[in-house]
Order: sequence, then structure tokens, then C-alpha cells
Amino acid sequence: MNDLVLKVEGLTTCFDTASGSLYAVDGVGFEICRGETLALLGESGCGKSLTAFSLMRLLPTRQARIAAGRVVLGGDDLLALPELRMRDIRGNRMAMIFQEPMTSLNPVMTVGEQIAEAVVRHGKLRGRALASRVIELLDAVGIPDAAQRSNEYPHMLSGGMKQRIMIAMALAGEPDLLIADEPTTALDVTIQAQVLELMRDLQRSKGMAILLITHDLGVVAEMADRVAVMYAGQIVEQAESRDFFASPCHPYSRKLFDSLPTIAKRHQPLAIIKGNVPPLTAAGYSGCRFATRCDMAKALCEGEIPQLQDAGPGRAVRCFAYDDRYRGQWGDGASAIIPAAAARPQQQESGADGGLLAVRDLKVYFKIQKGLFKRTVGHIKAVDGVSISIGRGRTLALVGESGCGKTTVAKAILQLQRPTSGSVLFNDVELTTLGGEALRRSRADFQIIFQDPYSSMNPRMLVGDIIQEGMIALGVEPDPKRRALKVDELLQQVGLPPEAKGRYPHEFSGGQRQRVCIARALAVNPKLIICDEPTSALDISVQAQILNLLQQLQRTTGVSYLFITHNLSVVAYLADEVAVMYLGRIVEQGRVSDVLTAPRHPYTQALISAIPVIDAGTRRETIRLEGDLPSPANPPTGCHFHVRCPQARPECSLQYPEAAILEDGRMVRCVLYPRR
Amino acid sequence: MKALMIPLFILLTTVAISLGVTGLFDVRPVLLWTDALIMLLLLVLVFFIVQVRASAERRATWRQVLRSRIGMATAVILSCYVLVAALDSVHFRPAAQDAAGTAQRSGFYSMEVISVLDLLIMPLHDQMEKSYSAPFATRLYSKEVVVMADGSQQRLYPRLQYGGAHLADHEERRGTDIAWRVAQGAVAGTVLAVLLCGAGVLLVARRAGILPGQLSGVLCGRGGHLPWHVMMLTLSVIIVLIAVAFMLASGYHIFGTDKVGQDVFYQSLKSIRTALAIGTLTTLIMLPFALALGLMAGYFRGWIDDVIQYLYTTLNSIPGVLLIAAAVLMLQVFMAGHPEMFETDAARADMRLLFLCMILGITSWTGLCRLLRGETLKVREFDYVQAATSFGVGHLQIITRHVMPNVMHIVLISVVLDFSGLVLAEAILSYVGVGVDPSMFSWGNMINGARLELAREPVVWWSLLAAFSFMFVLVLAANLFSDVIRDAFDPKMRG
Ligand SMILES: Nc1ncnc2c1ncn2[C@@H]1O[C@H](COP(=O)(O)OP(=O)(O)OP(=O)(O)O)[C@@H](O)[C@H]1O
Ligand code: SF4
Ligand code: SF4
Ligand SMILES: [Mg+2]
Repeated sequence: MNDLVLKVEGLTTCFDTASGSLYAVDGVGFEICRGETLALLGESGCGKSLTAFSLMRLLPTRQARIAAGRVVLGGDDLLALPELRMRDIRGNRMAMIFQEPMTSLNPVMTVGEQIAEAVVRHGKLRGRALASRVIELLDAVGIPDAAQRSNEYPHMLSGGMKQRIMIAMALAGEPDLLIADEPTTALDVTIQAQVLELMRDLQRSKGMAILLITHDLGVVAEMADRVAVMYAGQIVEQAESRDFFASPCHPYSRKLFDSLPTIAKRHQPLAIIKGNVPPLTAAGYSGCRFATRCDMAKALCEGEIPQLQDAGPGRAVRCFAYDDRYRGQWGDGASAIIPAAAARPQQQESGADGGLLAVRDLKVYFKIQKGLFKRTVGHIKAVDGVSISIGRGRTLALVGESGCGKTTVAKAILQLQRPTSGSVLFNDVELTTLGGEALRRSRADFQIIFQDPYSSMNPRMLVGDIIQEGMIALGVEPDPKRRALKVDELLQQVGLPPEAKGRYPHEFSGGQRQRVCIARALAVNPKLIICDEPTSALDISVQAQILNLLQQLQRTTGVSYLFITHNLSVVAYLADEVAVMYLGRIVEQGRVSDVLTAPRHPYTQALISAIPVIDAGTRRETIRLEGDLPSPANPPTGCHFHVRCPQARPECSLQYPEAAILEDGRMVRCVLYPRR
Repeated sequence: MKALMIPLFILLTTVAISLGVTGLFDVRPVLLWTDALIMLLLLVLVFFIVQVRASAERRATWRQVLRSRIGMATAVILSCYVLVAALDSVHFRPAAQDAAGTAQRSGFYSMEVISVLDLLIMPLHDQMEKSYSAPFATRLYSKEVVVMADGSQQRLYPRLQYGGAHLADHEERRGTDIAWRVAQGAVAGTVLAVLLCGAGVLLVARRAGILPGQLSGVLCGRGGHLPWHVMMLTLSVIIVLIAVAFMLASGYHIFGTDKVGQDVFYQSLKSIRTALAIGTLTTLIMLPFALALGLMAGYFRGWIDDVIQYLYTTLNSIPGVLLIAAAVLMLQVFMAGHPEMFETDAARADMRLLFLCMILGITSWTGLCRLLRGETLKVREFDYVQAATSFGVGHLQIITRHVMPNVMHIVLISVVLDFSGLVLAEAILSYVGVGVDPSMFSWGNMINGARLELAREPVVWWSLLAAFSFMFVLVLAANLFSDVIRDAFDPKMRG
């Protein structure tokens, strides 16, 4: 594999601002060969996407400018080409797919027309030949009923389908290089598995080179041949994928691995990277960009700029600890950096004591209304008979794909959305029949933390007022002085300085905002906190900080969590029990250690196998699920899963299987496990 | 943020001048309904500015408005209009005068209600000609039979009583005289402008501790400063224009006179208040309804939403002009039947203006209400509203604290956008005859009056021209300003 497709050298892109130039991509260089996948890995804002746009010469704003470097694609220096030639190359020899499939397709053109447009731009096909080429492309990306689908509009397709269409358009010009910018971040794991597999197949058959941009170590592990880690605009480590996962070298890469939650790290705090990514400055850096956050930093790191050093075959690291001149300062170089993972004694898994929350047969139906008189023509069965219970000081994780009704369950428990039927027993009080003042007063006991830390705080209120609002409304600490003290205490508890209360939410980073949200929930001394995907909008290292905080709070205050997520490694790390939800129903529920290691329900099995894993040893064969989540307005009969289930039997479509309790205490609803 | 002090300045100037007037002269203040509302509006504006200054974020957005050159220039122009309207909103009745023009014993006041603006431009008001005269004319527009000194009768264009009267028998010198006055006015205006701007710059620079070397950068809006040079330039142009107009108007009717010989320039100036009153009071009157109903419909949904939606859909399906015509005609009949209710003609005309604002408000709240409902539906689903609900915060508090501040940008944008539409609507309604009282000065009435004369030969065009140019500058400035506002406040535009 030595035919080079793309060679990038010293690529530098900067933003011209009033106060000078910000170097957002600074001297990036890499090579990709035919049939090879290079993963560009990094946290948000490190310059991954800007690198991709620079390669395509499609810079997002006019302030951005490629300041230096060479981008050689099959012998042509792209940065020297006139724009007209460049237009030929885009789509023809290199193509790009984006993170958000919803916004990258034109909503008023059928997908067939859009693909045809891409085909015509790069070839001379017409009429019949063109139509058959479109169908061929749709087939290639695994769209069933290609002929019919090509006449549909983007809004009629699901997210995964749209991403396939995007890939089909990218393939239209038979590119040598495919740039995929977070292609699966917006998709569910089972859909993600389908799309990744598709990309792998296409690469194998067409010999494309792929530049895969992602922040997900699991995706990198499954897809990449080589890895380049980016930090603050620079590549800090480059290695063969195998070597990288076996032993990451750069202190930043190591920290990333340490901050990943896994089942092995249960009950111990995750490693965190202190501080934040340094801001890009016009003045530039005088030393290592990671120095302020690096545990291994020495005096020299602040004063001198490290270069990429060779560190073994196919491997380069931007760190003085790998520089022969300075290696001595770190003792035995690389090995010294390995953090002594303080192996703490595993905490005793305390058995469930008295129940705090018991939800029985909860149903939430939304009416579908039509016409002038708002006739009800059907129901969206967002939640269709869910039963869960949580003990004091315990954590129950609720997992499932997007749209399966997780958030609706949370809102129904909190009575933010009144359930259609069923009971919610909290502390032996029935919440569904509670109304008015009584409900308002009991609200102090259960709180919620939302997924998006950007929309969960009123942008026009000071952080201090945000935290106090609940206390005032619920009459916790009526005395203003004591209340102010309590706010300081809460801020300190979540690791923020007391000055934070005089600032507005937009002055904080995502992780800090999520801390404020946690402080706000804690302010009223709740017994249960529902966390709706509290870390999925955050970077890995920030996620670790929040998970540590949540865990520590549970230890000190004994609060229970209902943890809603689709990230199973977080579940493995944090939760005691897990409930798997599919289309409004719980299909399997049990202890985390049992369910995650030996899933029984076919859906759970598929879900767990679809998750990209880092450790090649534990990788299992992906159980490929066909199609998408059906619409909750018109769910399949019997077992909701039977249309996609690889093990479905005729009787599955007849009746909703009864709950079976297995020997280890878990609940499964599937005909394979008959009720005893 | 000093630019934001302009409305405060206008308010204080108006109050000071009016106090001065009422103190110095023997007059009886008259508070018309619309005067009170306009003052209330200015107060609201001051309150709003104080609030904006308190919040860093909103200050930044407003800075963005003023940092745009167009925003700054139009803000200055609009402020001038507002100043004229404010001065025209302090009314009083002067002491009654006998035929000889000397004051009678105090305690008796003229039936005529005049404003502070009238005082400032009194000559324009008093210098009535007989009938039409063209701009800068020295003679009437049509021939009349005149009895000459020797007793013979002649048909000729008679000399005007005031226009160009200072030329006496040397009418041929009119051209040089006009040029000379323009030059005088321009020089005086420039000197005044330079002095004023220079003093302003020095004062601000001293207070802010800006070094002379940095001054040009600061003035030109570099480095995040507001474009003061644009403001000073606009202001200077306006001052020069006023000075020139002052010089010319003291000798001529610069926009001619109308059928009854009244100065058209005077009418145009007096119309400013009417236009601004319609453009702003309508909003002031309808805003509480639109806001309350829109927020309620979006927040509570369910049957409340249904009722409110039916209400505005119904209102929307009645043609607005018909509704307005019907209402105004009814009012006319009512007022004709109850003359005793109004102390003066001005009070009656004013009541009709207010009523027009109300009826325009009733027909125009639906658009804003619909927008607000939609936005509220969106905002109420935001996580922070859900969070507040989960803390048991009451509905009213959620609406006022969480929802309303986050839909206010819609109110601001649509209020500014609606303004020019309302100004134009007044002109059209008055033209049709269902607008403001015929005795009230308004651009619509001016156009309506000119309409009849367009057919005559030669055409009387100046009323139309004057009304159009005053209205054009106002509407253009308002539209440009609203574009800047929208760019700054619409989250979608912020990108
Ligand atoms: N107010 C509503 N009206 C109608 N349908 C709704 C409403 N809220 C949610 N739904 C539908 O109910 C289903 C479940 O939604 P829910 O938000 O609970 O999913 P989720 O599992 O939390 O998804 P995600 O992982 O994307 O957050 C979806 O099909 C959604 O479209
Ligand atoms: S150069 Fe120094 S600061 Fe930078 S990563 Fe290496 S050890 Fe850390
Ligand atoms: S009940 Fe049938 S369709 Fe449903 S999960 Fe079990 S085997 Fe599959
Ligand atoms: Mg959700």
C-alpha cells in the first residue's frame, strides 16, 4: 500500500481578527495512502473540521485564510490551483460528508435529483444511463427499494438514510479521497454501526482513502489504520492505530484514555485533565500548548516549543519527553509517564434498601389531531407501559435509541408531562393524582438535569439567581443571607468559584454550565435527580469531570439517580441497574454487570454489539439490525421489535411477550424466555 | 453609550422649555390625551434605556446597532424627528389678546391651543398669504383683480404680503438674495456645528481620558468604539440644513403656501407629531394586548390558545380599512352630536387622533400576537422553562421571568418594522378621508388637499412635494434603522 493519495505539509489556517491572526490550524501534516483510513481525533474546537475545510479550500468565513502549507492530491498542489480547477477536483477526486445529514440535503429536491446532479457534474451521463447510475449508487449505499426511494424528499427519510444519501452523492464522482467529518455523531449506535460498515465495504471495493474526523475513540478503534491526535490546532501524536491503542504516548492521549469511563473503573474517580483548552491567541504560544494542563510538564515545556519527534516506526509525538536531548529529565522517558492508577478497593455494592421511586405501567400518549375541528386521528405512543423502580442512593440507567421515549418517561415522572395512565409512587406518595400546591411543594424532592447545558439556563439571568430560583419558589432557606451563603457552598460543592454567581451562563464553558445545572438541582435538596444525557454534549475529558462529580455527590448526599443515556460505557461505569427501552417499552432490566456482559433480549444484544469498542479483545461480531426505529404512532403488533429482530418467530407478532424474571433477577420481555 | 441618552435629552429639553414657557408667559397649560401618552412613551423609553444600561448583554446588542454607520445616522435623524414631535406635544392656551394685540386682563385665554413648537416657529404660523404661492415666490400663483393706487383696476399676480416682502421693489434681486441667505445659513450652520461637535469631543475625551493621539481612531469607530464621526457628520448636516432653512424661511415661503395661504413648511413641521403619534401610540396601545394574548396562547395552549386563535383569525378576516372607516365615521357622528364634551377644537381633533390610534391598534395587533404565540410555543419547551416548572415556580413568574424576556426581540423588531407602515397608513387613511381630523396637520391631509389641485393648470405641486419629502426621510430612516435592529436582535440573523 504505497501509492500515496494525499500528502499534507505544514498546513496553516488562520482567522484574521481585529486584534491579530489566530492560528486555528497550525502546521498540520499527514499522508494517506490508497485504501487507508486515517482518523483525525480531537476534542471540540481543536481544529479538526477546519483542517478538512482547508483541504477542500472551502473556508467557512471570509476572515479565515490558509496562510501556509502544501496539500498534494495525486501530484497536484491544491493550494496553488486556480479556483476553477479546484471546483473540478471537489467531488471528483475528493468528496466530503458532514455531521448533520438533516441540513446538508436540499429539502425541495428529491434525493434522486440530488444524486443525479452530483453524477452529471462529474460525468457525461444522460437520460436512461443517468437514472440507472443513480439507482446503482443508491444500491451501493444499501438503500432498499432504490428506484422508489429516489423519488422521495429528504424529510421522508430517517437520519441514517440521509447519511447514506450523502455518501451516495460523495461516491458519484468516484473520489480517491473521502473526507468524513463526524459522519455518525448525529446517529444512533445501531444506525452508526450500519453506516460505518457501509464505509468499510465501500473502501474495500473501491480502494478509496478515507480521512475520518471524529472525537469518539471507539469509532477510531473500529475504523482507522492510522491515527492523528489533534490538540489546539496541532497534531500532537501520530501512530498506527494498533500501536496507539496499545500504548498511547503523548500525555494528552494518555489522559484521554484515562478519562474514559469503563466498567473496570467503577467506583473510582476518572482521571481528569485539569483546566480548559487554551484560547487561540494572536500572540502565539511560547511553549508546549498542553503545558498548563499536563501533569508531566517541566520548566522547559513553558519556554520552548516542542516539535514532532520520531518515536518508533510510523510514530511521531510532539512532546519533550520523547526528544532525545531532554529525555533524561523525565527519567526513563515514556514509561515514567504512565500514571499510577491508584487501584482503590472496590466499594461494596450495597443491596437495594427501601424503594424511593416506583413507576407502574406508565403510559404517555400524544394525540395526533387533524383538520379544522382538531379531530383525534390517532396516538403517538411515546411511552407504552413502563415499570421501573429505584432504591435510595442507587442509580438506574435508562438506555435506548433516540426517539424511544426516554425523555418522555423522565418528564412524566416529574409531572412536567402528565401521563395518560399508570402510577408514579415517589416516597409512597402518588404523584399522578397530586395537583396544584401539593405537587408544587413536593417538587423539591425530584429534580432534573438536562442534556444541553446551553439551553437549560435562561440566558438573561445571573448564575446566582438561577441557582436561587428554586430555593425561593420552594421556600428552602427563606432568609436571603443564609440563602446567599448556601449558593456559595453549592458552587464550591460543584467545583466553581463563588464569583461565578455574578456572571451570565454564556460566560461559562459547556462543562462549567453543566456544573451550574447540577448546583441548581442540588439547591433544593432533592432525593432523586433525573439526568437526561447530562454528558452527551460534552467532550470526553469534561464528561469525566461531570461523572466524577455526580458520583461524589451520591456518596456524600445519598441522592438517587435516574440516568438517561445512550452511552453504554457511562452506564457500565456509573449505574447499579439498567433498563433497556425500545419504542416506548422496557425490554430488559437488571443489574448492570449482568445485562451488559450477558445481554439476553435480542435487542439488547444488538445494541451492545453495535457499540464501537476500543479493546480489540472484547470486540464482538456486530449483530446488524435492518432498518430504523418504527414510528411510535403506528408501532408493530406484538413484540415491537419483531420487524427488526434477527431471532423473530411467527408468534412474536401476535402478542406482547410477558415479563419473565430470570434466575439472576433480571426482567426480560421476549418469547425466547417464557414466563415461568 | 452616550448616544442612548438622546431620548433622555429630548425629554429633559422639552420639559425645561415648557416649564420656561409656562413660567415666563401668561399661559394656561393644556394636556391633551396624546400629549400625555407621548410623554409616557418617552418615559418608558428612558426606563428602557436605564434597564439596557444595567445589563451587559443587552448593552452589547445595542452597541452593535449603533456601531453600524447606518444605525447611527438613522438614529440621529429619528431623534431629530422625535425632538420636533416632543416640542409639539407641550400645549397651552396663550392669554387672550384684544384686537389691538395687547394682553387683556389675565385669567382669559385664547381658544386657540398652541404648542412650544408653534412658539419657536411663530412667524411661519402668522405669515398668512391670501392663497396659493409657489416656493420662493414673491407673488401669488393666480391673477387677481387689484385696485391700483390710482384707482384703476388691473388683473395681475399680486405681490405677497410676506414672501419676499423685504425685497420691496427690487424683485429681480431675488436670486442673489436667496443665494446670499443660503451662504449665510451654511456658514452660520457650519460654525455652529463645528463648535458643538468640537465641544462635545473635547468634553467626552477629557472625561474618558483619551489622549489626543488616539482621538481620530476613537472617533472613527475603530477598535470597538462607536462611529462618532458618523453621528457628528449627520448632526452637522442637520444643523446646517436647519440654519439655511431658518435664513430662507425668514424671507420666503420655502415650500410655498396652500389654498388659504398658509405656509406649507409650517404644515409639514406640524405634521411630524401626527405621524409619530400614529406610528408609536398605536403600538403602545396594542402592545399590552398582543403581548398578553400571545404569551397566554403560547404558554397555556389548550382551550385558551383556541379562543385566542379564533379571536385573531376572525379579526384578521375583516378587511382592516372597512373596520377603520366604519369606526371613524361612527366617531364623527358621535362627536358632532356632543360638541360640549370638548373644550377646544384641538381637544376634539386630538380625541379623534387617539381614537384612530386605537382602531389601528385593534386591526394590527394580530400579526404581532401570532408571532409571539409561535415564539412562546417554542420557548416554553426550552429546558430552562421546564427546569423552572420542576422547581414549582408559578405560571406568572415563569411567563414574566423566563418566557417574556426571551421573546422581547420579536416585539422590538416588529414594533420598529411596523412604525413606517403605520406612518404610511395614516397618510393613506387621511387621503381616503377616514384619517385624522381635517383640521389637524398631517401629511395625509396635505396630500389630500393637494390632490384636488393636481388637476389644475398650472399644477400646484409643492404641498405634495413637501409632504412626500418629510415622510420619505422619516420612513427611509425608520426602515434602515429597523433593518439594523433586526440584524442585531434576531437570533437567526446573528448566525
Ligand atoms: N409533545 C410531543 N408531541 C408529539 N410527539 C412527541 C412529543 N414529545 C415527544 N414526542 C414523540 O415521542 C417519542 C419519544 O420522544 P422522547 O423525546 O421521549 O425520545 P428520547 O428517547 O428521549 O430520544 P432522544 O434520545 O433523541 O432524546 C418520539 O417519537 C417523539 O417524536
Ligand atoms: S512537552 Fe511537556 S507539557 Fe508538553 S506534553 Fe510533553 S511533557 Fe507535557
Ligand atoms: S419476542 Fe420475538 S421479536 Fe421480540 S425480541 Fe423476542 S424473539 Fe425477537
Ligand atoms: Mg431525549
